[in-house]
Amino acid sequence: MRSYVVQQLVQLVVVVIGISILAFVILHVLGDPVLLLLPQNAGKEEFERYRKLLGLDQPLLVQYWKFASQAVQGDFGKSWYADTPAFSLVLERMPATIYLTLAGLVVALLIALPLGILAALKRHSFVDTLCTAIAVAGQAMPLFWFGIMLIIIFAVWLRALPASGYGTWQHFVMPAFCLGAALAPITMRLVRSGVIEVLSMEYITTARAKGVGERTVVIKHAFRNACIPIITILGLQFGQLLGGAIITETVFAWPGVATLTVESIRNQDFPVVQCAVVLLALLIVTANVIVDLVVGFIDPRIRVSA
Amino acid sequence: MATLEAATVTAADEPTALRGSLRRLVRLKWGMAAAALLLAIVASAVFAPSIAPHDPLAVNIRQRLAPPVWMDGGTPRHLLGTDQIGRDLLARVIYGGRVSLVIGVSAMLLSATIGVLLGLTAGYFGRRVDWVITMVVNVLLTFPFVLLALAVIAVLGSSLTNMIIVLGVAGWPIYARVIRAETLAIREREFVVAGRALGMSHARLIFRQILPNLVSPIVVIATLQVAQVIVLESFLSFLGLGIQPPTPAWGNMLGEGRVYMLNSWWIAAFPGLAIFTTTFAINLMGNALRDWLDPHMKL
Repeated sequence: MRSYVVQQLVQLVVVVIGISILAFVILHVLGDPVLLLLPQNAGKEEFERYRKLLGLDQPLLVQYWKFASQAVQGDFGKSWYADTPAFSLVLERMPATIYLTLAGLVVALLIALPLGILAALKRHSFVDTLCTAIAVAGQAMPLFWFGIMLIIIFAVWLRALPASGYGTWQHFVMPAFCLGAALAPITMRLVRSGVIEVLSMEYITTARAKGVGERTVVIKHAFRNACIPIITILGLQFGQLLGGAIITETVFAWPGVATLTVESIRNQDFPVVQCAVVLLALLIVTANVIVDLVVGFIDPRIRVSA
Repeated sequence: MATLEAATVTAADEPTALRGSLRRLVRLKWGMAAAALLLAIVASAVFAPSIAPHDPLAVNIRQRLAPPVWMDGGTPRHLLGTDQIGRDLLARVIYGGRVSLVIGVSAMLLSATIGVLLGLTAGYFGRRVDWVITMVVNVLLTFPFVLLALAVIAVLGSSLTNMIIVLGVAGWPIYARVIRAETLAIREREFVVAGRALGMSHARLIFRQILPNLVSPIVVIATLQVAQVIVLESFLSFLGLGIQPPTPAWGNMLGEGRVYMLNSWWIAAFPGLAIFTTTFAINLMGNALRDWLDPHMKL
């Protein structure tokens, strides 16, 4: 178990370093911060002076090292726009994003688990075909358009829910449903194929032969074992889930990290963008490692083979 | 005894095999319908100048915010209504398809080229090259691609070319992952080993012996990726970071329409419907293609 944990942690560090390089490259190699900071009519000497001031005349490796060593201490520099540390700006918005993501995950599971199991049990039936059809349609639905349609129907026409904002449980309903509905199709298909695979196993036949009730067979014997691939793939989907949360946030003006990032991009506030990218990556990777550990804990075969 | 067993097996298998091929035929039919729909969308984008009822950029302030023809106050002049400055929505939706399809297909070609080359390299040569490529793929696959695209577009600035480059470069890891795994398996097959024994060069082995066997998965991934790129492009344009107005693109039309959704829902609804229909058709076709080429493919 210990070597398994160590292996997971090593992977975590490697991925975070990779993402930090990516974040650094985007700003320093693709773009020139000085061009963005100074007015366009600034003189050549002015540019040079600023470059030196920001340490941009040094080799890239030195610059990256400086960026990384400060970032490790939570110092991503000051926001160019708000004059507060980028780190605290991003951190302040983190809870809203995490709540939305979790709420979306819960909604997705509430939709996907029962439907997936039902579709697997009544394989090739009308219900199964219907579920698959809805899933294919759902996967094609652009998340942001779905969100806007929800707003038009429930906020504008029915006036049942607030169109945007944050605070009460009513504010959670539409964004969480929007995000959950986006994740549900793929989850449902995974649950379905997972349960189908498990149901064909010999121990299910054994359980049935022993005279165990069908209900117990499905819930205790089949579903529990089908959980492992489902949890694993859901963990890998976490990045996509967060990507969906980013889109959902911008549609419902949810005060999370994503809206902050989009605002910062509009204001060309790169320290904040950089910080947000790195922290979100950290969040995803941590979630992945937790999922791996949980799966390893549930199913000893995995940590042995790894 | 053995013959008896064989007989019962075939007898039991026959109806399921028949049902399986029937099912496949039905799915294929759906795929054909989807392909026909897609063809219609592509054709309307290509022949937009002769199909569109109006100039997509023609402003007509007196007719602004006109509802679709079936609602009170709608006119047959503007079948889907008009937007906030009186431009014909139908014409804009038809023209908007051009941007989406051009970006979708170009970005897909770029991703496929990068991904297939790197996947072949990683799978064929193995060792350190494989380790590095796999690591990069894992880093990119864990990270939400939306955020990456946002950050890069923010630095590079938005233009048609930049969108294609960003969406194309960011989409390659999935090809690399699948192609690598397939290459690993094919590398050990007899015909490749035989080719190696005959003294074929690496390039010849990779491109003439291995690559032709990978066409099915590449075609399937590529089809599905076009849909993904279209959705992403429209999201970036929706945020105002993609294709800039007044050029009609489904995404920026949706973004502009959002402001008016209180009274004029149609401005946001129709471009979104266009995105949905297109991606739905592409996905259906992709699924049918997968069933047809290789039902066991895990994608």
